[in-house]
Amino acid sequence: MMKNLNLLWFKEKFFSTPLNAFLTISIIYLGFITIPPLANWIFFDATFIGSKKSDCVSGGACWVFVNVWFERFIYGLYPAEEIWRINLAFGILAASILVYNFANQKIRKYILIFLFGVFPFISLFLFHGGALGLPVVDTREWGGLFLTLVISVFAIIFCFPLGIILAMGRRSTLPVFKYFSIGFIEFWRGVPLITVLFMAGVMFPLFLPAGSNLDKLIRVIIAITLFEAAYMAEVVRGGLQAITRGQYDAAKSLGMGYWKSHFFIILPQALKIVIPGITNTFIALFKDTPLVFVVGLLEILGMINLAKTNPNWLGLATEGYVFAAFVYWAFCFWMSRYSLKLENRLKTSN
Amino acid sequence: MEKIIELKKVNKWFGKFQVLKDINLSVSTKEKIVICGPSGSGKSTLIRCINRLEEHQQGEIIVDGIKLDGNTKNIDKIRSEVGMVFQQFNLFPHLSIIDNCTLAPMWVKKKSKKECETLAKEYLEKVQILDQGNKFPGQLSGGQQQRAAIARALCMEPKIMLFDEPTSALDPEMIKEVLDVMVDLAKGGMTMCVVTHEMGFAKEVADRVIFMDEGNIVEEKNTKEFFENPENDRTKLFLSQIL
Ligand SMILES: Nc1ncnc2c1ncn2[C@@H]1O[C@H](COP(=O)(O)OP(=O)(O)O)[C@@H](O)[C@H]1O
Ligand SMILES: [Mg+2]
Repeated sequence: MMKNLNLLWFKEKFFSTPLNAFLTISIIYLGFITIPPLANWIFFDATFIGSKKSDCVSGGACWVFVNVWFERFIYGLYPAEEIWRINLAFGILAASILVYNFANQKIRKYILIFLFGVFPFISLFLFHGGALGLPVVDTREWGGLFLTLVISVFAIIFCFPLGIILAMGRRSTLPVFKYFSIGFIEFWRGVPLITVLFMAGVMFPLFLPAGSNLDKLIRVIIAITLFEAAYMAEVVRGGLQAITRGQYDAAKSLGMGYWKSHFFIILPQALKIVIPGITNTFIALFKDTPLVFVVGLLEILGMINLAKTNPNWLGLATEGYVFAAFVYWAFCFWMSRYSLKLENRLKTSN
Repeated sequence: MEKIIELKKVNKWFGKFQVLKDINLSVSTKEKIVICGPSGSGKSTLIRCINRLEEHQQGEIIVDGIKLDGNTKNIDKIRSEVGMVFQQFNLFPHLSIIDNCTLAPMWVKKKSKKECETLAKEYLEKVQILDQGNKFPGQLSGGQQQRAAIARALCMEPKIMLFDEPTSALDPEMIKEVLDVMVDLAKGGMTMCVVTHEMGFAKEVADRVIFMDEGNIVEEKNTKEFFENPENDRTKLFLSQIL
């Protein structure tokens, strides 16, 4: 009886029409021809342990390559004996987030103040050094996943408020603010990121007065921030447009001016609506970081590209790229999940 | 009696279209006036000019001794003394009812959080939805939302309350609960300007009734006379349709 029901349900779901049946069978077939060879290559025929390329004889993936180069992929050319500084900073970050999840409202407030107001300075000091007995590690030695995270975290932190201000500017009644915002947004949306990075890395120093020197990494972060802020602004503007005039009226009628009504009433609602769009922009930003190779910075993909041309490790590009893809995917998937969670938590109507 | 609202020869245009034509109106402290008239006659625009949600282009509007002009400081001051209730409630959907009520007193009047909460509870009690304080607007019925909106406005302790068709968006069975709250408020001595078609409410609490048509005030009488001896033909027609 039960079995019959299941069978019926199965038929209903997957074979209800000829088209449905065709799609079901095609997808099963596709899975059948792709998954087993892939699984063999990644897991069953792969070599995980070893120290040189010739250890890989099994015919599958040579994960030894990733294994041996792991530290470079994660930390770039950061001096091995200083790597603890990076670990410490990310440890503090992880601990703060962990405590945040279990803390009450009051403590959470302090953790947020710490994370956004204090932690960036602590971490930059740890990474760069130059005082309290920490030797300087020049940003040229920063790389790998560490650099990916530094660039994307700082660009995300800066591009978010800047995008909001630009979105508000675009809708402002003050002509200067308005046309500046429109010009800014349209300019940055109109140029490819790779050009912007090239300008920031190579051209921009030519315009600076001789002798002044703005670190290349800082220039790159500024460039990515401005670029993504333009996209962020358009996403936020979409949210602002969804807020009805009644909300502005109500805020005004209670005596709230422009900034107060935006801060307390308009933006919280607008941003909530566009969480998926904001997440999208953050994910795009994160995946755009490999482009910093044009100015000679090597984040995780850059390090893999470097490693695969090492004479002792030739021919292992695939393993490197699969590894990079996995790392990128893991971070992007986490962002996407987190945004879904946030969306659900902020739901206030039924 | 002291005039708390004065409009002198107020004209207003939306583009080429003139919405308000030479409006003269004064309201005394504690007076309650009802404004009625056909849709599109400029009633909303008129009361929205009183707290400058709309700007008038000609004439003078003086509220509580302050002239409304381009001076933004004056506008903020007026707005924190004039409460407004809207047809569509316009509660802040992302905030709980309590937070809807405490937000402006806290950040505009700079009162302490505790003080604001006490105040909010007092007014929520008054409009009989104290038990709904922790819910969000979307979880309340229309009547409850409108009462919350009234409480929110009252938390600013305004001298004047403006109502723009407060019951027009409500299901019939919820109209009374909102009108009851407004009657209470009127009896408590609040100065009120109410745009409404609820003539029962007008008869019960209004001192004066104003009838508008095509941007003009075409009839303005004390309540009893307005209903017993309307002079203007359009008023008569309107009353015959609505009563
Ligand atoms: N923001 C606006 N822009 C242009 N026209 C408007 C605007 N608001 C109202 N109007 C017009 O002004 C007239 C009066 O509107 P309103 O004051 O809302 O009338 P009422 O409240 O009496 O129905 C209507 O014809 C309406 O279309
Ligand atoms: Mg109206």
